[in-house]
Amino acid sequence: MADILPFLKSLISVSGLSGHETPVADLITEKWRPLVDELSLSRVGSLHGLKKGRGQEPRPSLMIAAHMDAIGMRVSKIEDGFLHITNVGGIDVRVLPGAPVTVHASGSDDELPGVVAMPPARFLPESAGDGVLTINYLLVDTGLLPRDVDKKVRVGDLISFANDPMELAGEVISGHSLDNRASVAALTVCLEELQNKPHVWDVWAVATVQEEVSFLGSYSSAFELRPQMAIVVDGTFGKGPGANGWQTFPLAKGVGLCIGPNMHPFLHERLKSLAEQLEIPWFLDVTPGQSGTDAFAVQTTAEGIPTALVEYPLRYMHTPVESVAVKDIQRVGRLLAEFIVSLEADFVDRIIWD
Amino acid sequence: MPTFGSAQLKLLEKLCNVIAVSGDESEVRKLVLEEVKPHADELKVDVMGNVLATKFGTGKNKRRMRVMLDAHMDEVGFMIVADDGEGLYRFETVGGIDVRHLVGKQILVGKDYSPAVIGGKPIHLMNGEERTRKVPLDALRIDTGLSGKAKVGDRAGFATKFRRVGPSILSKSIDDRIGVATLIELFRQAPPTIDLCAAFSVQEEIGLRGAKVAAQYFNPDIAIAVDSTPANDMPLYDGGENISYNTKLGLGPAIYIADGSTLHDPRLVRFLAETAEAEGIPYQFRQPGGGGTDSGAIQRSLAGIPTVSVSVPHRYTHSPISISRVDDWKNTINLLYAALRRITPELIAPR
Repeated sequence: MADILPFLKSLISVSGLSGHETPVADLITEKWRPLVDELSLSRVGSLHGLKKGRGQEPRPSLMIAAHMDAIGMRVSKIEDGFLHITNVGGIDVRVLPGAPVTVHASGSDDELPGVVAMPPARFLPESAGDGVLTINYLLVDTGLLPRDVDKKVRVGDLISFANDPMELAGEVISGHSLDNRASVAALTVCLEELQNKPHVWDVWAVATVQEEVSFLGSYSSAFELRPQMAIVVDGTFGKGPGANGWQTFPLAKGVGLCIGPNMHPFLHERLKSLAEQLEIPWFLDVTPGQSGTDAFAVQTTAEGIPTALVEYPLRYMHTPVESVAVKDIQRVGRLLAEFIVSLEADFVDRIIWD
Repeated sequence: MPTFGSAQLKLLEKLCNVIAVSGDESEVRKLVLEEVKPHADELKVDVMGNVLATKFGTGKNKRRMRVMLDAHMDEVGFMIVADDGEGLYRFETVGGIDVRHLVGKQILVGKDYSPAVIGGKPIHLMNGEERTRKVPLDALRIDTGLSGKAKVGDRAGFATKFRRVGPSILSKSIDDRIGVATLIELFRQAPPTIDLCAAFSVQEEIGLRGAKVAAQYFNPDIAIAVDSTPANDMPLYDGGENISYNTKLGLGPAIYIADGSTLHDPRLVRFLAETAEAEGIPYQFRQPGGGGTDSGAIQRSLAGIPTVSVSVPHRYTHSPISISRVDDWKNTINLLYAALRRITPELIAPR
């Protein structure tokens, strides 16, 4: 199996915040171009890669989808060279003070490095407290003089996390935006696996936009491509410090196969038996309600699409030090590929409820 | 004035990028010894781990002033106190660190700088109230990965790297590597009129402990602690005037008048201000208030030592990234360079 780590590291070394995914879309385009037969962008910026199957036309198609957008920040006001900020997506404000960031300054050719600053309590209203400060009290400092900040930065400019990827012991990769770039890497593993494996179905590999905000990419791509089935890939909660409940799963111990209202039980069963047959370790992740993933959006598109959710555990979700075991990413990619290979031309007709 | 440029910034970068948590200053000590050895008449590493370097003057005057310059080598950081297994470790902070700076940060652990992170519970798994509470230290872990080999007793520090940006430096540990770099520069160009005693001291962040011993060894006539002090020069939330900024970036070296424990020698305060005025070097007085530097320990050593403190201002103290202005540093070097050349015994003569 090809080493996916270098590509994954490149994916988490760029920004690509929700609604502004171009930097990461460009990287994925370059990587996928030789792996697919057709590659295009949707109207709203999602990347569609078509890997054609060998079945007779009209061929059924499976969409494998992962969102490529990331959470971050945006400039809300400029004051004396300091940037007031607001969130893009569900940012965790606890991680912000002292975080290295990149200001994507629209009035400058260069990206500006900066840091999130936490003002002393005496500069804030008493109601701000001495606990976690809400985002409206935090500032970003670029180290530039106020007059240069005024020239380069505008309200609305994006701010992304800037820390480099870090390789931890035991083949764990850590960094920002692994949610959900690690899934993009898993899709890539799948496409690489498929290069030498014949499959009947067409495969749409889709990197969606704006999952963290509105599921815009998955709604629109599912509608446009109208696949017969879909598998969404996303991270689930890794077991670790502060996270030991039933929703959490240990790193490097396998792939998560999700059940719940957003997922079709028939697809789940097929994935489960396939994982067992291939001796790919897996765990059951139960999602009693909204899965909080693109699967939620895809399922109800058009006349409804049978959808599965495949996951890997990710520690410290929505922090800049999200961590995943590379092995789990490779397992997800392999399971997807084997699932695709296993699809008979009439599989979709066999999907039954009871 | 001494030359100032890329060589000085390169030195500061090297000093900032190593980790030397209080009590384990060896990484900085090695760099300091390398730099001062060629210029020192006497050089020793004492029991505490201080680097004590002397450069004797050559002037013919019998009574040369012994002038001590101090900068601390240590930084705030972490020490591993328990192994929870599977690459997770409990830790304590060393020195004053606001726990709110820790969640979601990259750090380096141990002598081999093993990469690690301090993570946090996902926001999705917290209720509204929990999201507003700061995570207490005992709920945090250093995570080295699934097969980390850190040991109880290992030190750790922030992993952020030194950067030059426009007029500024963004780095961890500007406090007080910028003082260490300043001392190295001044020691290389010591004037012949004084005996220059450079103390690269340990354990400042946990109670000014190295400087006390250094002062007792040198027994200087006067001492200057060279450190870095917070600049809280940011806007107030309600748009009001910031009257407690401590110092401001860009206004030059900050001369201490009084801090939490020490009244700085008024003769030396005046002397530094007059030197700056005469040489046309920008300077500012640090707002009198709390805090402290090694000057507190030095002043109260032996029979009492006339002491003053000069700091390069930095924003965001004891956090993963502080910000200082290159010009403030340059002007700090220039001020001290000029001051060393103007020092005479009359400066502290009894009236």
